[in-house]
Amino acid sequence: MIFLADFSVIKPDFGLLFWTTVFFLLFWFIIGKFAFRPIVAALKEREKDIQDSLDEAKRARQEMADLKAANEDLLAQAREERSKILKTAKDASDKIVAEAKTKAKEEAQKIVASAKEQIEHQKMAAMIDLKNQVGAIALDIAEKVIRKDLSGDSAQEALVKGLVDEIKLN
Amino acid sequence: MRRYIFSFICLFFLSFSAVAQDHQGHGHDEQQDAATTHDEGGCGHVEEGEFDPGATAFHHISDQNVYNIGPFTLPLPCILYSPGEGWSVFSSGKFHPNEHGHGNGHVAVDGYVLVDGLVHRVLDKSFPAGEVEINNHGFHSSIKTDKGEKEVPAICYNGRLYPVESRSYADGGVFGGGISSFYDFSITKNVATMMVVFALMAWLFFSVAKRYKERKGLAPKGVQSFIETIFIFIQDEVAKPFLGHHWEKFLPFLMSLFFFILGLNLFGQIPFFGGSNATGNIAVTMVLALITFIVVNINGNKNYWEHIFWMPGVPAWVKTILTPVEFLGLFIKPITLTLRLFANITAGHMVMVIFVGLIFMFGKGEMAPSLGTSIGSALLAVFMMAIELLVAFIQAFVFTILTASYIGAATEEAHH
Repeated sequence: MIFLADFSVIKPDFGLLFWTTVFFLLFWFIIGKFAFRPIVAALKEREKDIQDSLDEAKRARQEMADLKAANEDLLAQAREERSKILKTAKDASDKIVAEAKTKAKEEAQKIVASAKEQIEHQKMAAMIDLKNQVGAIALDIAEKVIRKDLSGDSAQEALVKGLVDEIKLN
Repeated sequence: MRRYIFSFICLFFLSFSAVAQDHQGHGHDEQQDAATTHDEGGCGHVEEGEFDPGATAFHHISDQNVYNIGPFTLPLPCILYSPGEGWSVFSSGKFHPNEHGHGNGHVAVDGYVLVDGLVHRVLDKSFPAGEVEINNHGFHSSIKTDKGEKEVPAICYNGRLYPVESRSYADGGVFGGGISSFYDFSITKNVATMMVVFALMAWLFFSVAKRYKERKGLAPKGVQSFIETIFIFIQDEVAKPFLGHHWEKFLPFLMSLFFFILGLNLFGQIPFFGGSNATGNIAVTMVLALITFIVVNINGNKNYWEHIFWMPGVPAWVKTILTPVEFLGLFIKPITLTLRLFANITAGHMVMVIFVGLIFMFGKGEMAPSLGTSIGSALLAVFMMAIELLVAFIQAFVFTILTASYIGAATEEAHH
């Protein structure tokens, strides 16, 4: 069987030209419009979603970092505050202690002073009393001496001696 | 034993090839013809030619009015128009194409006959109308034309040879086509392929689009993620870089081009499925390039036309050279688009047929040399098959990226 070698594919025939136009245009207008467009829209939306999510995550991370920094600041501040408070408290206690000490000292001094004064007073009173007693005793003695004198010398001497022993300062 | 192993290996490798089984049928047919047709109804002897891989390849890549899948010949609707007779619409099964063959019909319908799988028309007006039994075994006769003698196919009826002519072609006679007495608007093998590819793609993309709607905000799944990879590749590597902020407007067009071409390319690669050669037919690529041409030039802005007809910033005498060059370039671009895709796919299909054909050419020789050659050519055929899968993607991609660059050039704003 002989083929008449016919390279027919290089010759465009009207039927195929017509049908290709029909099917390509159908492809373009039907699949292009009702399948490709929605797919592109969906892809675009998803791309946007992903971008948004990434941005969101970035923002969240930034916020977290900010928050952490703020926390640290707060902590540092609190620490500072604490040390300040401690310092003030210490100062206050020191002051109170010091004050108390001075006060106590003053009080003690006052007490001592008043005690001294009292002692002085008592001493004075005692002295006055003593003086009075001595005076009375002296008067007594003198009276007795005067009385004895009248009876003898030795007797007088013994009397004085006994009187003096009697005195015995308290 | 060796014979069995040889047959087994051959069959194994042949199973990778779309054309192999079809061709086995051919060889079988040949033997039958030799045995039974010494005299073709008084029309003389039909010469039994040697196996001609070139002619076989031409036959396999050609569009057909029947669809051969393996040993089966499926009839397709014929829609024929003859300026004198009007429209004829019937199934190509009416031609009674021979099984296992290349589609030579044994019945003529209203002067139309099926030769080599393509509808032809009997030139002689006296040929009877209606369904007529004919002898159709690859006869040919020479007819006189204004360019001298021409060898054309013929059929035998009532002991007489009737030369037939092919359908009209839009090549203006440059490649031996030209306008004949009828036009063929049939659903041919290529048109049927386009229908199937269109349906498959529609199903695929509508289900993917539905998935996007149903699984809003969820990660892609299944076929959706497979398509998405290709889709985003075209979107981000082709549309966006070339079209700038216009990308969304032209994306459906670019996607349609890419997936239409890719679908047709891949469909032609399916083994045992007829090996249809739609994107390897210049009519298909011509239409695609023409639509691209229209889209590009309709969207051309002032800047684009200025660059073609009055290139700014060059001396006047350079403009006299540039303008014709740029103007020619307008038309050369779609022509190169047409030829690149057509030539690549056609070449791929032809190489496949020829490598498989080598097995049959050497199969007749001695056992030892033919075994090696057969395995060699089978391996080559498998290798080519892999290359062709790659080419299917590359050519769809190249067509799309060039279209994108042309549209990009036409819509670019002036930035001088």
